[in-house]
Amino acid sequence: MKRLLDVLREDCSLPGTKEGCGEGECGACSVLIDGRTVCSCLVPVVQVQGARVVTVEGLARAGRLSALQREFIQLGAAQCGICTPGMLVTAAELLRHARGRVPSEEEVREALAGNLCRCTGYQKIVDAVRAAARGGTSRNGAPATRLARAPGRSRAGTARTKRSRRRR
Amino acid sequence: MRSALSTLEVVRPRSLDHALEALGRSVSRERLVPLAGGTDLFVYLNAGTPPGTRYLDLWGLRELRGIRVSDRGVTLGGLTTFREIREHAVLRRRFPSLVAAAAEVGAWQIQNRATLAGNIANASPAGDSLPVLLAHDAMVKVRSARGAREVAFERLYRCYRELAVDPDELITAVTLPLPPARSFAFFRKVGTRRAQSISKVVFSGLLALDREARVTHVRLAYGSVAPVTLRARRAERTLRGERLAAPVAARARAALAEDIAPIDDIRSSRVYRLAVAGNLLEQFLRTASRR
Repeated sequence: MKRLLDVLREDCSLPGTKEGCGEGECGACSVLIDGRTVCSCLVPVVQVQGARVVTVEGLARAGRLSALQREFIQLGAAQCGICTPGMLVTAAELLRHARGRVPSEEEVREALAGNLCRCTGYQKIVDAVRAAARGGTSRNGAPATRLARAPGRSRAGTARTKRSRRRR
Repeated sequence: MRSALSTLEVVRPRSLDHALEALGRSVSRERLVPLAGGTDLFVYLNAGTPPGTRYLDLWGLRELRGIRVSDRGVTLGGLTTFREIREHAVLRRRFPSLVAAAAEVGAWQIQNRATLAGNIANASPAGDSLPVLLAHDAMVKVRSARGAREVAFERLYRCYRELAVDPDELITAVTLPLPPARSFAFFRKVGTRRAQSISKVVFSGLLALDREARVTHVRLAYGSVAPVTLRARRAERTLRGERLAAPVAARARAALAEDIAPIDDIRSSRVYRLAVAGNLLEQFLRTASRR
């Protein structure tokens, strides 16, 4: 039995997802399974068969950081960085559910309650998530940060596992 | 951590029948440990204290999923996640205290994986959803290869962390009858913070009043104040037939101290828990009387 976290970091070479507490308290290992944030340290990899898994590496599109990632940089929402990948994927789920609406501060804080940060005091993270929902403060600023493309991957960090045929 | 995990075996049944057969066969050797969302189990696995070496993965069993509503109540498949409970329109309307409890289990990451049957089977006296199930007179469906039966949730725990369920049985569903007319449901968890905490005291109440504002139906259910989640029956008795008023609440509070047996532990103290349990009861009665 292998944990999804270890398969992502070691077998898939996607080290963006971090291990923090190893007991589902800190959220550093958060990834999206079929669009829902989960602690990948608590998920046996056999249970993601046929599911779509998105890590922080999968938030950028074609080498362009997502609005959330740009706002985290712009507003100083990351300090030591260990919690950042988990914050970003959970916030990505929140923004997808919000469908263009700007979530209230309270909603952002509730959504991110399972992602602990010991540096920022959270305010800048909340501000960055809401700024991304508004369309971004950095839209008219500097050109979008470019990411180095991983060779041979169209979207690093997005994996769809093979769905096994259902046998009866 | 990883090396310990990689030696563990996972059995992946294709159907509930296969799962029950495999579980039944395993009992005479080493019992398969049922694995659902893993949010409790993996804490032990990651800490290097696995409860067994062979696991039965239930996650893919469709028979254990889904929320079905009838005119008598609602049946939740054992694998129903707390996120699904939070988002279910009928539950939000008819079982608001269950939805409130689901919203305070861990945080999103846990709610997306943790299941109702898992919360029951883990059998912690602090389980967040358990007082709500007690307050709603929940019935638990269990099944083995030998057959199916229903157990009243109130009789499910023999003692601390011990279920009145045989080793070859699985919890397949939970049924909640519709609450009585003109009833008021309440949930509150008191912990160190609003998310990701284990409760110091967790409470759920259900109360119905007649047209003269007398109590016709009352359930007071507590977690983290005894070896198992329990109903405060003495306190309930002081309320039946009464109008909600301050002296009645004081009598109920006094009776409550005889119902519960909180302890000093790492999360809280006996004295604090007694005080909070009483405060929650009074808050519930005050809120109900204002409606």
